[in-house]
Amino acid sequence: MGKTFAEKILASKAGLSEVQAGQIVTVEPDIIMSHDNSAAISKTFAKIEVEKVWNPDKIVIVLDHVVPAANETHAKNHQTIREFVAKQSIKHFHDIGIGVCHEVLPEKGHVVPGTLILGSDSHTTTYGAFGAFAAGIGRSETAAIWATGKLWLKVPHTFKIVISGTFPARVGAKDLILHIIGTLGADGADYRAVEYTGPTVSAMSIDDRIVMSNMALEMGAKAGIVEVDEKTAAWLAPRGVKDYQIIRADKDARYERVLEFTVDQLEPQLACPHRVDNVVPVDKKAGITLNQILLGTCTNGRLSDLRTAADILKGRTIARGVRMLVLPASMEVYLEALNSGVLATLIRAGAVVCNPGCGPCLGAHQGALAPGEVCLSTSNRNFKGRMGCRDAEIYLASPATAAASALTGRITDPREID
Amino acid sequence: MTIEGRAFVYGDNVNTDVIIPARYLTSPDPARLAEHCLEGLDPEFLKEREKGDIVVGGKNFGCGSSREHAPVALKAAGVACVVAKSFARIFYRNAINIGLPIVECAEAADGIKRGERVRIDLTEGEITNVTTKQSWGFAPLPQFAQEILAAGGLMKYAVAKKKGS
Repeated sequence: MGKTFAEKILASKAGLSEVQAGQIVTVEPDIIMSHDNSAAISKTFAKIEVEKVWNPDKIVIVLDHVVPAANETHAKNHQTIREFVAKQSIKHFHDIGIGVCHEVLPEKGHVVPGTLILGSDSHTTTYGAFGAFAAGIGRSETAAIWATGKLWLKVPHTFKIVISGTFPARVGAKDLILHIIGTLGADGADYRAVEYTGPTVSAMSIDDRIVMSNMALEMGAKAGIVEVDEKTAAWLAPRGVKDYQIIRADKDARYERVLEFTVDQLEPQLACPHRVDNVVPVDKKAGITLNQILLGTCTNGRLSDLRTAADILKGRTIARGVRMLVLPASMEVYLEALNSGVLATLIRAGAVVCNPGCGPCLGAHQGALAPGEVCLSTSNRNFKGRMGCRDAEIYLASPATAAASALTGRITDPREID
Repeated sequence: MTIEGRAFVYGDNVNTDVIIPARYLTSPDPARLAEHCLEGLDPEFLKEREKGDIVVGGKNFGCGSSREHAPVALKAAGVACVVAKSFARIFYRNAINIGLPIVECAEAADGIKRGERVRIDLTEGEITNVTTKQSWGFAPLPQFAQEILAAGGLMKYAVAKKKGS
């Protein structure tokens, strides 16, 4: 019987000839990622009473959640992290101004196909877009990995999701993943690995594959995998990632479920408050008045996302009464958007461009909502209170829907805009 | 290990943003986190909570952010155990790692109402609704996870192991 991607890679990382779904293995990650929560993790690490981390070159720390520091508490957190990084000789430290961890890790060459990446952030699944096994874990166990290099993982069962067809105009990966999450439910892939495959996935850009893997977590998945191909290789090579082992699922692998989706008739999708699986076509909610639009985050803050919005907003201005925030996912994206004129288009249209970071997505800093306000966001989560106010509402949608809705000030199907 | 307490019952997909919103995450003090635990979902919980309470959820309890503050806040608020139909995987790991017992049992989650008294035997794998006298079995956690819980969490377990070796 053939093996899934998860079974193959976890066997390899556990040093076993083969493993089966359900088995618990002890593994050593190739990369362990953490962000602003590294301050708390370093305090937990201190309690283990190990002087030095097990391998400073496998630790990547990115400051992105509250950058620049919003107040003294956050500033002290960042200070603790900088001191820890210096003391432990951690060279892969990306201070404020580099970008959001889930964009920075691939950009900086930390994401290598066929490796195991763990991160103390739920959207660590993002790196599956490059054929790595990447899963989110907790804070204490991140400290334990810093100390020992080891963690237990259960080998997950796998869902294979086969996607075919061509996207209609102004419909894309974000609409597809919202549709899949709406179909499977927020717990539909709990504990499972998901392998995305089929001609539509092969045709997708790396930016779009990242959206699929990033949001796998929102249906509970442990990992969201896209097989490595020539597009992956072409994207990684300029970032110094050239030498790696490609792991592919066997053709006769045993999947718990095989699901098929076609995108030819897919409409723009919207996740309604307060659940990511509360998904309807955009036109079912068209006309709802919006106070804020957020374009950016680890889900949809890449150059292609900003360009999609700029194409819709070029030469126009957003509606009076709506605020539009743009957060490029990284400084590299920011610079490309600046040099290509995309940011100028967005600013002329009335958008506020913030520095790369997580900012408003988690409601800890920047662009918080007031009671009764409604936001349409390209981020990945719309839980009650997520953007800083429990009496506000958040809708999730694609960059095209965000731009179209910014123009009208109301939830708008992007296909209705010229 | 046996736990007995009064039940607070919620539905599916209780997420970590309602268990403890991100704006309170800067506090390292569990008691401060406890003051805001579940405030977005059930403000009454904060008024009524007592040490030893049992939270009962539906499917996918603890979905969302990887924040460990979520089980920490529940534990500090006095919650002795969470029973749910299923858990989101990072919450499941975090709960064990910080020493908050969790039980996956769909039948029990359906058979318990708010305010009823519940007894849970973690070692034997049995939940009893003391009020209605119904009982349900569940698969106990793996041995190593039970050891981590008994030690009071992963850090205490690791330190104890290091001293023992």
